[in-house]
Amino acid sequence: MSKLLPFFTDKEVPYTVAARPDTGLYSAKLGIWLFLASEVMLFGGLFSAYIFLRLGAEPGYWPTGLLNVPVGTINTAVLIGSSVTVVFAWAALKMREFLKYKLYMAITILCGLFFLCVKLTYEWPAKFEHFGVFIKQSAAHKYVEFLGDNSKGDREPRWEISGHLMHAPKDSPYRQQAEHNASKHAGHGTEHGQAAHAGDDDYVIQVDAVNAKPDAEENGKPSFWPRPISEKSAVIHKEDVESASAFLPRHSTYFATYFLITGLHGLHVLGGILVFAYLWLPFKGGALLYKSNPEHLANRVEVAGLFWHFVDLVWIFVFPIFYLL
Amino acid sequence: MLNKLLGIVPNASEHGLSVEHMLEICHWFMLVLFVGWGTFFLVSIYKFRKSRHPKADYHGVTNHISSHAEVSVILIEAVLLLGLAFPLWGKRVLDLPPEQGEVMRVRAIAEQYAWNFHYSGPDGKFADQSAALVNGSNPLGIVPGSPTGADDVVSKNELHLVLQKPVVIEVSSKDVIHSFSVPHMRVGQDAIPGTKVPLWFRPIRAGKYEIVCAQLCGGGHYAMRSIMVVESQAEFDAFYKELNEMQHPASPKQ
Amino acid sequence: MSTIASEATGHHGTDSAHDDHHHHELGFWQKYVFSTDHKVIGVQYGVTGLAFLFFGFMLMMVMRWQLANPGAAVPVVGGALRSLFGSVVMTDAGALTANGYNVFGAMHGTIMVFFGVVPLAVAGFGNFVVPLQIGAPDMAFPKLNMCSYWCFFVSCVVMMGSFFVPGSAAKSGWTAYPPLAGIADFESGNIWLNGQTIWLLAMVFNITASLLGSINFIVTIIQLRAPGLNWMRLPFFVWAQFVTAFLLVLAFPPLEAAGFMQLTDRVFGTSFFMPTGLVVGQQIAQSWSGGGSPVLWQHLFWFLAHPEVYVLILPAIGIVAEIVANNTRKPLYGYKAMVYAVFSLGFLSFIVWAHHMYMTGMGAKVATFFQITTVMISVPSVVLLTSLLISLWGGSIRFNVPMLFATAFLPMFGIGGLTGIPLAFNAVDLYLHDTYYVIAHFHYVVAPGTIFALFAGVYFWYPKVTGRQMSEFFGKVHFWGSLIAINGLFFPMFLQGMAGVHRRWYDGGVTYEQLIAPVIHWNKFMTASAALLALFQLAFIWNFVTSMFIGKKVGRNPWEATTLDWDTPTPPPHGNFDKPIEVFRGPYEYSVPGAASDYLPQTQRS
Ligand code: HEA
Ligand code: HEA
Ligand code: CUA
Ligand SMILES: [Cu+2]
Repeated sequence: MSKLLPFFTDKEVPYTVAARPDTGLYSAKLGIWLFLASEVMLFGGLFSAYIFLRLGAEPGYWPTGLLNVPVGTINTAVLIGSSVTVVFAWAALKMREFLKYKLYMAITILCGLFFLCVKLTYEWPAKFEHFGVFIKQSAAHKYVEFLGDNSKGDREPRWEISGHLMHAPKDSPYRQQAEHNASKHAGHGTEHGQAAHAGDDDYVIQVDAVNAKPDAEENGKPSFWPRPISEKSAVIHKEDVESASAFLPRHSTYFATYFLITGLHGLHVLGGILVFAYLWLPFKGGALLYKSNPEHLANRVEVAGLFWHFVDLVWIFVFPIFYLL
Repeated sequence: MLNKLLGIVPNASEHGLSVEHMLEICHWFMLVLFVGWGTFFLVSIYKFRKSRHPKADYHGVTNHISSHAEVSVILIEAVLLLGLAFPLWGKRVLDLPPEQGEVMRVRAIAEQYAWNFHYSGPDGKFADQSAALVNGSNPLGIVPGSPTGADDVVSKNELHLVLQKPVVIEVSSKDVIHSFSVPHMRVGQDAIPGTKVPLWFRPIRAGKYEIVCAQLCGGGHYAMRSIMVVESQAEFDAFYKELNEMQHPASPKQ
Repeated sequence: MSTIASEATGHHGTDSAHDDHHHHELGFWQKYVFSTDHKVIGVQYGVTGLAFLFFGFMLMMVMRWQLANPGAAVPVVGGALRSLFGSVVMTDAGALTANGYNVFGAMHGTIMVFFGVVPLAVAGFGNFVVPLQIGAPDMAFPKLNMCSYWCFFVSCVVMMGSFFVPGSAAKSGWTAYPPLAGIADFESGNIWLNGQTIWLLAMVFNITASLLGSINFIVTIIQLRAPGLNWMRLPFFVWAQFVTAFLLVLAFPPLEAAGFMQLTDRVFGTSFFMPTGLVVGQQIAQSWSGGGSPVLWQHLFWFLAHPEVYVLILPAIGIVAEIVANNTRKPLYGYKAMVYAVFSLGFLSFIVWAHHMYMTGMGAKVATFFQITTVMISVPSVVLLTSLLISLWGGSIRFNVPMLFATAFLPMFGIGGLTGIPLAFNAVDLYLHDTYYVIAHFHYVVAPGTIFALFAGVYFWYPKVTGRQMSEFFGKVHFWGSLIAINGLFFPMFLQGMAGVHRRWYDGGVTYEQLIAPVIHWNKFMTASAALLALFQLAFIWNFVTSMFIGKKVGRNPWEATTLDWDTPTPPPHGNFDKPIEVFRGPYEYSVPGAASDYLPQTQRS
């Protein structure tokens, strides 16, 4: 044990860079593992909420196959790729190949940015412009055309009509969005006509494929390719509506969990990118550290990398439970 | 006897006695432990204070009294669990009284800050309800003209039960979480919106008892008090008849 | 965050002057305010904690007054409180309102647990004592440590601020059960500036601070133990802090997640905890889509809050262990057993949470499981307490002030713990749930239990921190007064609980004539006792403040203790030790047969 002694003679905190012999770890590495343990519990809490709510959901209130699987797959691949390159970056430092390090780290950062861009410029906005209306079960019979025949009970009942909102009741907060969409599609005859003779208390929705052919086989299972929106549109009277909302967190517990979990994960990605950027740019504690103490820089990259692997791992859970199941 | 000493309220339900019994045993168990430990405690702080015992003994206690004490605690707790707790709780939740026959069915629906008691009436079936219909005059959102509802009655803040007749109370809530608790009956159940949990007991003592809201539910929580009246069949029928005539004037059917 | 951590351990880890944004000499600010020195941070945490304990106590004094004299104006300060807290909390006459009672109740619970005891017991004592006791120059991540305190500080400011927003602070209990907490406090019309929302935000900061702190503790204890200080030579206090830190690291995040969910429920209209068809005030609540589950919150909350209660007690037991060993002048009885016990306690505390939810109507199987685990968890507690108890036997006990508090802790915790047992049984809890029996149960463990242990700790380590001793006389006054008053305050709660008196009753139960009748007279007695208790705290505050200037000066080791924290200069300098530390023996080598003095410091080569 007394080989530890030298470390305790000066007033510096020991084992910030060198590993403690009997534990084989430098402190920051142990620290990040503990931090990740707490992160596991954090996302664990969220995932258990997902399970709790999904199992507890009334039949017909938990949509499936809404998300764009190909895009999700690409993002997954990109994130996994970045997890590999960050390891290369670390290895490069270990071998004292600074330029390689800069290169791999740059790739990692770009991958992260790509992932975020896809989320923020495509995936989330695509949700926002969709609109869903849950029909009161007592009024469902009026909308068999779009909901299909729930009485048969041969499949999970469907209570929601979703699509592009073309017209909204006067008091609805979505009036703006409706007018916007309507003007955008002004070219087409159909919905326009629809919207025209829709009363002030009606929603008009250019419905999604599921509602266009509600009893079709493929509705049951999640579809790989996103299914194009139909030309049909539905006129729904306010009285028959249980709840109506764009695909926002408030829309349903499904979107609440989706946005909260992917949002929190997105923040983690952002955090990782910022740290990487700090280590990549010539900051005193960043790339400049290479000159004074390359091992220390390598440690920092390793620690940041461990965090990045975790962020990756979380996504590997998120992807199946939201996109595939 | 310990319970009495501690001032437990008199029991008024069939199963209540067994609850009391178990509480009694717990308290004896705790008392014995406390006295045991307490004596040891007092003796040692007296015997071994510096003035009486200037030189400490490095080894202190060398025998195994501690493990004996601990083992006995474990054993007794095990007995309490297996012997009493499980069977008792099993009884509370598992064997509900027979579906039909001599059993009264009531719904206790909580709201800020009152209890609505919904009696299924002779047919033992409740009217259909829909949250959408709820309003001041129809606090439970009962669907008008629902056939099973013809003989239902609703009373506010006063629950009437028949002596010796088992009652099943479905506890639920309209807004926030409340809790249906009647100390005299040794029953309690949270009223959680979106759920309907049954609870049953057999009142064995006539009288008026307080129903407590046992979950913080807002500014009026402290005053959310209702009365449970346990009375003879005859008295209950009178009470029911009155309400029925008031709430179904058109059809005074029984 | 943690990458910042590794950043914080840069070459000048302990020396903020180099890395800090202002690059000049180590001025007042870096030395005493934005310090990275674990001792300064410990003191900052400790004093903040004490102040909050005091504040939480004062809130409760107002509530106790209201319970004893429903609707009567608060004497003397009533008017001041009215103008301070506004009309939601106080009537113009200066009496507490029903909402005000709920505000104070929720804040009392929150403050005492998350802003009083945890900061003082875990962060305060932990920061100051642990590095000293393991012979480390500082915590492993000094800057992270500073972040932790200032993150906590933000949460304090935010939480206090919530008293002054329209509608006043959170009023849905410290448990913040939705849907109540989901729909509460919107009268102000502002979705952000209202009590419950701010409560959630403050909790997020508070939790983050705890996480940073506890990660730091674990790493420090694993990495920075001095040479020769192997695991079974650690003082028991360090073990207690070690397990506590794990509880915080693993139990807090789920609450943070739940906090986020309730936050989005409130500000973005999600329905995590909002069931379908919620009818608020005669009409269906349109603002929520429904589909959520109120019980989910309770699971996530208690998954934290049960381990949390052991977070409240373990450091206390650790402090008591130190003081008992030191003042009985003999080793602890069954040190190893205690270590194993504290670990199994830590583990079990993760699988008992639903014993707070027996009334939610769980099935027989689930109930069975949680009854078993809950009863099991009482066993390690018994082991710990019994060991401490038996440690007294054969000692040569010095009843100085720290020891008085530590001794009293044992039976007091005994009462609190033992009364936990009936609560563990579902069928019995039916009767006792939500009554003052529960209030009494946990106050015996936290007030005359934890708080007494904390007082003991303050009296014990005060000399090390300030270089001066607190007055024995005022200490004894404080002790005997508090002991009597606090029992007069809490014991009657058992009787009220047995009589069916429930918690969170604004009017002290007057509404429930039948139940309250036999026990209502206690209300006045308990409130009087509380006032007495408050009175005796003045002796402490006086002592605490004046001793800094007039207290008896002491040397390195006034208590003739063996552990490393007493092997440093008093007060310890930056970097803690004035000699290389190496450890040669166990933590409590008192009265070793044949030894010259009656204590052998851990650093002493035989
Ligand atoms: C420090 C805090 C603390 C501690 C240590 C404990 C310890 C225990 N608690 Fe407690 N508890 C709380 C704080 C704590 N509790 C709080 C805050 C609440 C209420 C929360 C709320 O609703 O707001 C609560 C509520 C609570 C409930 C829910 C009650 C209800 O709401 O209906 C239950 C039920 O099982 C319970 C059980 C237990 C058990 C079995 C223990 C066991 O661990 C106890 C084991 C200990 C012993 C068995 C004692 C051994 C003692 C000796 C050997 C010494 C004897 C010495 C002498 C006599 C000299 N507690
Ligand atoms: C650590 C936790 C803790 C502590 C220490 C206390 C301490 C006290 N508590 Fe509290 N209490 C709770 C946690 C705690 N409580 C919780 C969680 C609830 C439930 C809330 C809810 O319903 O949601 C509760 C509820 C609660 C109630 C029930 C209210 C109700 O349900 O209507 C009551 C009633 O009397 C009460 C009283 C007291 C009293 C008189 C004290 C006294 O013992 C206070 C004694 C305090 C001291 C002796 C320390 C004072 C400190 C100093 C003097 C140091 C100052 C020094 C300097 C600044 C240098 N508490
Ligand atoms: Cu209803 Cu409390
Ligand atoms: Cu608990």
